[in-house]
Amino acid sequence: MLKICYIRKKHKISNMKILVCISHVPDTTSKINFVDDNTKFDTNGVQFVINPNDEFGLTRAMWLKDQLQATVDVVTVGKKECEPTMRKALAIGADNGIRIDAQAIDGYQVAQEIAHVAKEGAYDLIIAGRESIDYNGGMVPGMLAKMLGYGFVNKCVQMDIENDTAKITREMDGGKEKLSAKLPLVIGGQKGLVEESDLKIPNMRGIMMARKKPLNVKEPQNPQHKTETKTFEKPAPKGEVKMVDAENLDELIDLLHNEAKVI
Amino acid sequence: MSILVYTESENGKFKKASFELATYAKAIADKTGKEVTALTINNDNPSEIGGYGVSKTLDVKNDQLDKFNAEVYANVISQAAKKVDADVVVISQTANACYLAPMLAVDLEAGYASNAVEVPETDNGFTVKRTAFTNKAFNHTDISSDVKLVGLSTNAFGAEKNEVDVSHEEFSPELSDDLFKVNVEEVDKNTDKVSIADAEIVVSGGRGLKDPKNWHLVEDLADTLGAATACSKPVSDMGWRSHEEHVGQTGKPVASNLYIAIGISGAIQHLAGISASKNKVVINNDPEAPFFKAADYGVVGDAFEVIPELTKKLKEFQAKNN
Repeated sequence: MLKICYIRKKHKISNMKILVCISHVPDTTSKINFVDDNTKFDTNGVQFVINPNDEFGLTRAMWLKDQLQATVDVVTVGKKECEPTMRKALAIGADNGIRIDAQAIDGYQVAQEIAHVAKEGAYDLIIAGRESIDYNGGMVPGMLAKMLGYGFVNKCVQMDIENDTAKITREMDGGKEKLSAKLPLVIGGQKGLVEESDLKIPNMRGIMMARKKPLNVKEPQNPQHKTETKTFEKPAPKGEVKMVDAENLDELIDLLHNEAKVI
Repeated sequence: MSILVYTESENGKFKKASFELATYAKAIADKTGKEVTALTINNDNPSEIGGYGVSKTLDVKNDQLDKFNAEVYANVISQAAKKVDADVVVISQTANACYLAPMLAVDLEAGYASNAVEVPETDNGFTVKRTAFTNKAFNHTDISSDVKLVGLSTNAFGAEKNEVDVSHEEFSPELSDDLFKVNVEEVDKNTDKVSIADAEIVVSGGRGLKDPKNWHLVEDLADTLGAATACSKPVSDMGWRSHEEHVGQTGKPVASNLYIAIGISGAIQHLAGISASKNKVVINNDPEAPFFKAADYGVVGDAFEVIPELTKKLKEFQAKNN
């Protein structure tokens, strides 16, 4: 049974502590295939990277580190194969890495594992991508916030910290919304938090330093997961494209009207 | 036991996704011998949802809920679910619903399957088919908790009229101060433009348009079709168009009925983000553009000639058919 702590402590930010949650995912260009009767993702030839939505958050955390002398820890839930991804996060500039040594099964379990570490670390700000690009669950940041009794803002495209308050812009359908919340806080990050061109790329010095930085392996709490993938399925192959001559756009309109029935 | 649908309203009216969601919940209810209850928040005409298979509504009217606040709304939904003893809760996948969903799941101690595309299999457990790997695949997810939370992908199921007798009950949830951790200060919504999430048709431009000055071509075509405008990643990265228009794996997903791509070559990440669209038209001057392989209809031609001509012909078509 999950215990939820609703007591909110008074917050004074002197040495701000930030936790960035990292998901180890297949690169966006990966071919998606499955093995073992479609029960497992085929990792053969697949390159793994920091989940892009997490990477925007990590770079934003680096800026806060420079600006507010914050410490930035990175955490992931996964087995040893996640370590190169975590080393990359350290090379980008995170101070400490934490790997919770468990196979990630669902968002609920991952959020509970991270909540345990987050409570111990008493972080002021926790940043996690709005979703991972593999399972697209969109669960961990919101669940984590609720489990910790912290505020939560999803799909952040802008964030500034003033004293103990975060001023945030979030994206919504057809617009934006400005919000404010007291720390501690969890945010769901994405592109916009920093620009693509601002993403920090590890340099040689960062890579050398990352080798010496701590990457602590923690025993998992092993909470019960609530969902589990049974099988995967690839989309049915697409039918042939119908080509229409550029000189005969009436035909395109006719197809859209009579065949696709969309206009 | 019942199935609870969280319906979203804007300015007192149901959002379109609510009718699709009610239809979906009714399909689950018919399979499992249950009834559908809809939760409405500050809606002026809750009886409208009865036309889509809902037999009961719980209606909340509360000024404190005038502005969407995710944690508060999540808690209201969980109170409603407990009140009607719901073991299945269904929500849409609008930005707001995606925002509140994980907090709702924790409130209900529910397993959550987002991006559902079909009615769950309930013969042996509760298995949801959902999209994963940004539409490059599906996974079949078992939910094992007592209460199950399902998020239905936009436009995956369709709304279907189904008149049933509907009863209404006022519902006054308790809103504790602790839920208001995040303050909404300012909402900046484009009210004069269709959003990508709500649009039936999306017209999208890529680098092939050569210059942001040429975007009137995309906009004219979109206006003619009542469509939303979108763009590819390089276009947003170069600052030609704002981020809100970026569609693809790291941008917004598109699940419209018609997606028209102009001057977009079709990188794998772009294709993933738009693949839930039902019909794709690709207009590109390069016959080798990979996008044609993923398209339903293709036109090889110069966008600067094809687009104005298409817009003109569509206007003629509309004049004739109205």
